[in-house]
Amino acid sequence: MSFSINKQGDVVVVDVEGQLIVGNRQELKQKVLDELERGGKKFLIDFSQTGYIDSSGLGVLVSLSKKIREQGGELRLANLNDDLQTLFELTKLDTLFQISDTRERALESF
Amino acid sequence: MGRSRVALDVEIPSDVSYIEGVVELAAKRCRELRVPARKCSLNLRVALTEALSNAILRGNGSSHEKVVRIRATVTKEAIVFDIFDQGAGFDLAREKRRDPTSPENLLSEEGRGIFLMRKLMDEVEQLEDGGNTVRLTLRR
Repeated sequence: MSFSINKQGDVVVVDVEGQLIVGNRQELKQKVLDELERGGKKFLIDFSQTGYIDSSGLGVLVSLSKKIREQGGELRLANLNDDLQTLFELTKLDTLFQISDTRERALESF
Repeated sequence: MGRSRVALDVEIPSDVSYIEGVVELAAKRCRELRVPARKCSLNLRVALTEALSNAILRGNGSSHEKVVRIRATVTKEAIVFDIFDQGAGFDLAREKRRDPTSPENLLSEEGRGIFLMRKLMDEVEQLEDGGNTVRLTLRR
């Protein structure tokens, strides 16, 4: 499991490879917060290579969304597989995040 | 329930970095037992991760001197996971009251673990052994 960060225009794109769970969520949080501190405003997390997310991973996404919004920015999500979509629907977090089917659509939406 | 057999019996240290490995092992056994793929990839992996996380962090307090044991038994009807910790015990019923999907809780960073366990498993029980064992039942 790992996270890679790259810039597409002015959007910070984070790829989550593997799981986003209790054992690695802090790593994702810190990487995104570092980018926020460097002045990033637009964040996209792409889950196309993600297996599953647990409650602590979902909690980190909520936390990051709040922190980014406090700085006048926005966090959007893309490429949720069927399992992840179900998790977001069960927890109603699909109502909290703007979620796109593809990375391209998410990038266009900013 | 009919005859049961043990499908998995492992112990891990109280360290969350061990969760992914044991969950993947359980998911593999799940697929080998021909449980529907979605139940193995979503229901089992998420619910078991939550149960192990609770056992390690809340139950054992991440103590290096304590372990968590995971035992899975299989019948014709279900896979049953028992997760044992060595902590002081906790009250699972108390967690029932909180609804993380309510508007006042939706922005909370915590409080979705037991909710997800209950949504994704057919049964979540706390065994009468002082509060150290959680039993997750996934019907096939």
